[in-house]
Amino acid sequence: MSGRIPDPLRAGLASGWKVFDGSRQVQDLDWKADVVIVGSGAGGGIAAEVLSGAGLDVLIVEEGGLYSSADFRLNEAKAYSELYQESASRQTADKGVSILQGRTVGGGTTVNWTSAFRTPPDTLRWWQESYGLATLTPEAMRPWFEKAEQRLGIAPWQGMPNPNNLVLERGCQALGLRHARISRNVRGCWNLGYCGMGCPTNAKQSMLVTSIPAALERGARLLTRVRVERLQGDQAGKRIISLRGSLLAADGLTPSGRKLTVRAGHVVLAAGAIGSPAVMLRSDLPDSADLTGKRTFLHPVAMSAALMPERIEPYNGAPQTVYSDHFMHTQSLDGPLGFKLEVPPIHPLLAGVTFPGFGSAQAELLGRLPHLHASLALLRDGFHPDSQGGEVGLRGDGSPLLDYPLNDVVWDGVRRGWLAMAELQFAAGAERVLPLHTSAEPASSWRQARAMIESLPLQPLMAKLVSAHVMGGMAMGDDPTRGVVDEWGRHWMWRNLTVVDGSVFPTSVGANPQLSIYAFAWRAATALRIRLAAG
Amino acid sequence: MPSRRRFLQAGALGGAALLLAGYAAVPSADPAPADGQRRWLQPRDAEIVAALAPTMLGRADLPLAQVIDGVDLAVAGLPPATRQEVRQLFDLLGNRWARRWLAGVRSPWRQAGQAELADFLQRWRDSHFLLQRSAYQALHQLIGAAWYGNPASWAAIGYRLPAGVMEMLP
Repeated sequence: MSGRIPDPLRAGLASGWKVFDGSRQVQDLDWKADVVIVGSGAGGGIAAEVLSGAGLDVLIVEEGGLYSSADFRLNEAKAYSELYQESASRQTADKGVSILQGRTVGGGTTVNWTSAFRTPPDTLRWWQESYGLATLTPEAMRPWFEKAEQRLGIAPWQGMPNPNNLVLERGCQALGLRHARISRNVRGCWNLGYCGMGCPTNAKQSMLVTSIPAALERGARLLTRVRVERLQGDQAGKRIISLRGSLLAADGLTPSGRKLTVRAGHVVLAAGAIGSPAVMLRSDLPDSADLTGKRTFLHPVAMSAALMPERIEPYNGAPQTVYSDHFMHTQSLDGPLGFKLEVPPIHPLLAGVTFPGFGSAQAELLGRLPHLHASLALLRDGFHPDSQGGEVGLRGDGSPLLDYPLNDVVWDGVRRGWLAMAELQFAAGAERVLPLHTSAEPASSWRQARAMIESLPLQPLMAKLVSAHVMGGMAMGDDPTRGVVDEWGRHWMWRNLTVVDGSVFPTSVGANPQLSIYAFAWRAATALRIRLAAG
Repeated sequence: MPSRRRFLQAGALGGAALLLAGYAAVPSADPAPADGQRRWLQPRDAEIVAALAPTMLGRADLPLAQVIDGVDLAVAGLPPATRQEVRQLFDLLGNRWARRWLAGVRSPWRQAGQAELADFLQRWRDSHFLLQRSAYQALHQLIGAAWYGNPASWAAIGYRLPAGVMEMLP
């Protein structure tokens, strides 16, 4: 291969797409639209494509900037500050969980690791039984999953997993645990491993290169670098009449002083499970059950690193291609937290901040980077009676903050996750295993690792926990007493407001959520399109 | 992010620390512009980073100016509420009483030896108080991001960008 990689976004801009950079506006904006969509990630992107195809005047507003393949330089420092919320260092209130969340055109889909799973059937059944969402059967959802899979090239990875993923596969084989290959939303993937920094070859079928361009091609407008401050409701408490936002300066953080006002017939909220509840809280727009921002879930992730005798190069190759759900099924759905096993890619900056040690021990560990492997255990929160998730609140300056208490039921899952990962890693031939905890030392045998893990103090900021999946906070329910929105994402109180992001899930999904968000957003946006067409 | 009050009480360090931090957080007079004026880090903050980075990163031969610039850039990319917390942290560490009695570092940062600095980092990392653990983590993340985000750190850890792709980027 030779020549320059083309950038379809820059080509589209040159062809006259209506894209406006909020940081470059020299006056306040006062706009009208049939539909205004807040956020351009998995939910907002799909909604934009579905609605702009119906002859509606669609306006997409996005807090982040427009960055595309020509900007993606495989550089962590650049990518995290440009493409992520809070430079990839967003944290829960007690700082016990670090949250990776996108904040750019395409949202999380621009920076995610391309793992795509349908919503697990047992999760759907739980929502049917516990939240009255009777129609959400796996059979009823199948067409929506299939639509998204076809649209975004989602299919099981056919290539050889990279050595980092092969460690997990070998460990599962050695211990006889069920495992499988992951489906990915890619077309013509170069197998580079830089998905988290924005795909430089446009192989990842993110919203940035699929639905957003499709919507722009049909005349939708996109305004970037604008923070939606509030929605204004009418006197009757039934309809949103306007949206107000602050345009941001080129740094993407500081308000420029310029304001945005949008009057739209319908508002689609897709700012993510922290951003969407925050808009409602800032707006003082209640829901009758007082659930907005509550029961927010994270899939808390515990990690275990291993030094392998063979070369791993955990920064090379598709980041996630092997998974095991064995520990999702070893107890009941509402019992001790089940967990999904996957591996993360390991690049220097994220490793430097995620491996919690310091000094020569840390330097020696990172010095072995080409031989490092890491596994992650992704906990399924929101099903156990004591797993109530967290709550989104507001700081004094109006910015959102998620308070996610780490209680015994979470810690129990963390410890079981470390144990399972250590056993797997030794079964796969690891020389040393190190759970990511400030008191942990590299263990040289499973027996030694087990004894150490049993005694690690379970405290925030000792155990290193991360999350890349924020869900809940504006959950679906069959009536206004136990849900913020209905099964179509329509707000129970504000009837011209539809929510289409991860905040609509009543519990965590129990799998990487992008495909769940695509499918539910597609279904909700289609229902909205039909309603709008009927007047 | 909790308010400063909550941030400080979270550590349950008691009234003395609260008073001290309140005192430390009083905006000091504008620092005299030094050479190497940065966007966000003041000269006193830069001294603290320069003192701690070699111990934090386990390397004696660091290009310190680059690490300090990297921390400056990392802080500049944080939202105002988080930046304010980092400001409080540096103000606290820059206060000589806090350095001596909270951090337990006898010598001024510039003169502190590696053993003394390592003791401090370990004590705060493993502290029973959330406040001290979060302060360690903040220093760890800022310095770690500043160094490992810098291509100058990559050769020593065997990290290489994929061949062939870089030349094809537009």
